[in-house]
Amino acid sequence: MTILDPVRFLTKNMRVDLELIAGMIAPGARVLDIGCGDGSLIDHLFQTKGCDARGIEIDMAEVTRAVAHGLPVMQGDADIDLEHYPDGAFDYVVLSRALQAVERPRAVLRQMLRIGTRAVVSFPNFGHWLVRWQLVATGRMPMTETWDRPWHETPNIHPCTIRDFFILCEEEGYVVEQWLAADEGGRRAPWRRFIRMANLFGEQGLFLLRHR
Amino acid sequence: MDQPATRADPAASFSHSHVAFDDGLALECGTTLRRHTVAFRSYGTLNAARTNAILVCHALTGDQYAAERHPLTDKPGWWEAVVGPGKPVDTGRFFVICPNVLGGCMGSTGPLSNRDAPDGSETDEPWGTDFPPVTIRDMVRAQKRLIDHLGIARLFAVLGGSMGGMQALQWAALYPDSVFAALPIASASYHSAQNIAFHEVGRQAIFADPDWQNGQYWRSGRIPARGLAVARMCAHITYLSEEALTLKFGRRLQNAPKDSTEAISLFGEMFEVESYLRHQGSTFVQRFDANSYLTITRAMDYFDLGADCGGDLAMAFKGTKTRFLLASFTSDWLFPTAESRSVARALNRAGANVSFVELPSDKGHDAFLLDEPDFHRTLAGFLRGCAVHAGLGG
Repeated sequence: MTILDPVRFLTKNMRVDLELIAGMIAPGARVLDIGCGDGSLIDHLFQTKGCDARGIEIDMAEVTRAVAHGLPVMQGDADIDLEHYPDGAFDYVVLSRALQAVERPRAVLRQMLRIGTRAVVSFPNFGHWLVRWQLVATGRMPMTETWDRPWHETPNIHPCTIRDFFILCEEEGYVVEQWLAADEGGRRAPWRRFIRMANLFGEQGLFLLRHR
Repeated sequence: MDQPATRADPAASFSHSHVAFDDGLALECGTTLRRHTVAFRSYGTLNAARTNAILVCHALTGDQYAAERHPLTDKPGWWEAVVGPGKPVDTGRFFVICPNVLGGCMGSTGPLSNRDAPDGSETDEPWGTDFPPVTIRDMVRAQKRLIDHLGIARLFAVLGGSMGGMQALQWAALYPDSVFAALPIASASYHSAQNIAFHEVGRQAIFADPDWQNGQYWRSGRIPARGLAVARMCAHITYLSEEALTLKFGRRLQNAPKDSTEAISLFGEMFEVESYLRHQGSTFVQRFDANSYLTITRAMDYFDLGADCGGDLAMAFKGTKTRFLLASFTSDWLFPTAESRSVARALNRAGANVSFVELPSDKGHDAFLLDEPDFHRTLAGFLRGCAVHAGLGG
């Protein structure tokens, strides 16, 4: 059995989601990327769309890397630091593959839609067929390409499915302006109309939300 | 500190490059200095559009000799690790200005300068402790005179560590349109009770020295060297960390100096850390004026930018377009990360563009002066990013 380094923070491959998320953001917008890692997305948004893009990242080494690349990133925690931003400070607030790792996902979403007009949220889909199959077949917590850490080592403390997320948006009164399911490589899954199919075959969900 | 020092004015014999202003500087305390001098050094070349200037603000006991050998001490500049050709603050690219603060003792107006007579004429007697109590804001307003004099409408960046960071914050709050980027490093928006307490110990050490003579030590020609050295020793401990002291000295012993007449020599030996602190104290009194030390420590103590804005620091930066970098060091207990973080949060509340990072170091507060690769990469990268946004190229 391999012993993994303890995981405190998410590691993620921003390149996968970058194009999909950038596709939802208007040129010249004010953007806050929560959990921005080394700042690839904010760099991309500035370089290709002229956005005023900023970032928050919890991992100090990533923050240092981002600032050393000239990107406006501050060390902070999504669960704590969003409350310090004024209402409507941003056009878009992005939370890419981090919803499942925050302490209070619902509160974080509320903060995102308080400080931003729109929220872009992506998360790995726990409803994917392979995840379901492994749980049913082995009776153990799934281990897939996306869910790749043992249950006791994972930072993903709040996994959810695409259906779960739709229900949360309904409860909270958010309008889903766009949504899509995609695989790990960032390729869109074709299940645009059928949420249940997207929930079965999408490895991740990506949503553009606003207040009702 | 073993030798009685007699030089009352370490700067008197040397002419520092400076600009003199005689149109009056109104201070926060209500007094107006009829005339004042800003001594400064510059490095690099100002571009034709005058858009590449960086103001470097020094800390409590720093001075304008940031990036060159000091003319009086013959030691390397205090920020040669950071400022110079190809360094994080690249003088091949930027025009770097470093002034001596108001209240200082390296040529800028301070307690060593000759006082104004009540009728406004200049006397040949130093201000001494009658020098008006100046504030960080007064220092910044004196610096603004210099920047205006140099014909610079907007500074590309204002940068400083510790008290220099207080000045950078004050610059951004007072002259937001004149500061494209502000970089308060290892700093805070107010001086904490603990920091004021340490300063008070230092001041009391100076007051307790009979050679202080109520601040009029120029009359006797003897300076309060012992008191000032103790103040420096006490302060110096706060600039380090327990880890740094342990690594550097541990509990190692060394023989006491032969000429020492002090009680400690009865034991025949002393700890290396004691010797180090004594050395710090004795070299400090050769270059620094005790009344300046009193004046500047008080200016730091008074500093509370949030209180100046009705208790909400965010109000100091409302609507600012300035880009900020807050940086702190893990082992700095004098200006701990929490203080930089609270400034960063206030800037968030103001909607400002802020980068904030805590850098790993075991060197304590002094880390900002030392060879810290992460810090230097961060600094260089931040300035490079700002240069793109300021239209100065990447």
